[in-house]
Amino acid sequence: MGELNLPTGTRTETLEAGEGAAFATTRLKDMLSWAQKYSLFMYPFVTACCGMEFMSLSGPRFDFSRFGAEAPRFSPRQSDLLWVVGTITQRQAPILRRIYEQMMEPKYVLAFGTCASCGGFYDNYACVAGIDKIIPCDVYVPGCPPRPEGVLDGLMLLQDKIQRGDRTPGFVKPRRDPASDQTLGMVTLRRNKDAAP
Amino acid sequence: MAQHLVGLVRQAFPAAVLSSHAQHGDDTLVVAPSAWHDVHAFLKSDARTKMDMLVDLTAVDYPDREPRFEVVTHLLSLELGHRLRLKVAVGDSEGEVVEIATLTDLWASANWLERECFDMLGVKFVGHPDLRRILLYPEFVGHPLRKDYPANKIQPLIPFREVDNIEKVAPFGLDEGMSFGRQSHDSWGKSGESGPGEAN
Repeated sequence: MGELNLPTGTRTETLEAGEGAAFATTRLKDMLSWAQKYSLFMYPFVTACCGMEFMSLSGPRFDFSRFGAEAPRFSPRQSDLLWVVGTITQRQAPILRRIYEQMMEPKYVLAFGTCASCGGFYDNYACVAGIDKIIPCDVYVPGCPPRPEGVLDGLMLLQDKIQRGDRTPGFVKPRRDPASDQTLGMVTLRRNKDAAP
Repeated sequence: MAQHLVGLVRQAFPAAVLSSHAQHGDDTLVVAPSAWHDVHAFLKSDARTKMDMLVDLTAVDYPDREPRFEVVTHLLSLELGHRLRLKVAVGDSEGEVVEIATLTDLWASANWLERECFDMLGVKFVGHPDLRRILLYPEFVGHPLRKDYPANKIQPLIPFREVDNIEKVAPFGLDEGMSFGRQSHDSWGKSGESGPGEAN
């Protein structure tokens, strides 16, 4: 059976499954978050070429169903993670916001690629410069298209944010920074804000 | 390559062909606006030309010229294998009256091509059965591919969210993602400032 890690301040409690049958109400939220982050029902809002990368992600090589994001729901009412994959035009913007409004709380948004994050080079009359102009966004994954590893980093970052109940926008940094030629490593998953890095 | 086509059209419409030139093996005819439809009808029906395919129809905005716009068609004969390009100059300098005859009765493909041309550049095709926007939304004001359309002007259908820093580029810096995108083109067309295309 699995185990449940509860970040409680400075110490971490581990409850083996089967133990502690009576959960305190203060921990129900943590348990719900834990269940939520490993059962993301996703709605793919695929509008452009990033969709090819999205397909490779859902295929067996990268396979984000390993992270519990298994079942695509093509009804926004049944999903809680909105993948915005590709360029959003001004004409598409009301549709995207309507889809977002139809989703049930709690709902999360992941901007897949540079176009969804900030508009990219589509700095023109037709396109929205980033979906955060229209709907709140939880995780940005830049790249044109982003590497599948980057998207998986973004998904794990989102799961971490769900566990911590953190709704501030996060973004995936490149693992290697071409400017400083430094390897930045994986995205930092902060288990505990107070813990030393 | 298609020099004999130029001769044929010149023979059939001696007054309508204003000029002709060839570049990279493609021949171009500049015709008078009044003969626009007739020249195309001739090129499509004549047994020596048989232009059965309208490959493209578009327009170009030359803001310093009078007439300001140039409508361009690319014709192809699938049977005889030759191509021809036709141009016509239309429109006043303000771009308010830009009219040319439609070609929808000759080629069905002209329908959407002319709608796109109207959408992007505001050329009105007289006699078009359904001349409305095809790519942009009906609420859009103006024609974005005209040179006097401001490069940074957007017309959102829904208002942006009311949060701080909504105009920011992204939550990541300009050096990440695509650094060559999102620059201002406001200096274009202003006197005393050189555009990005000009050498300093």
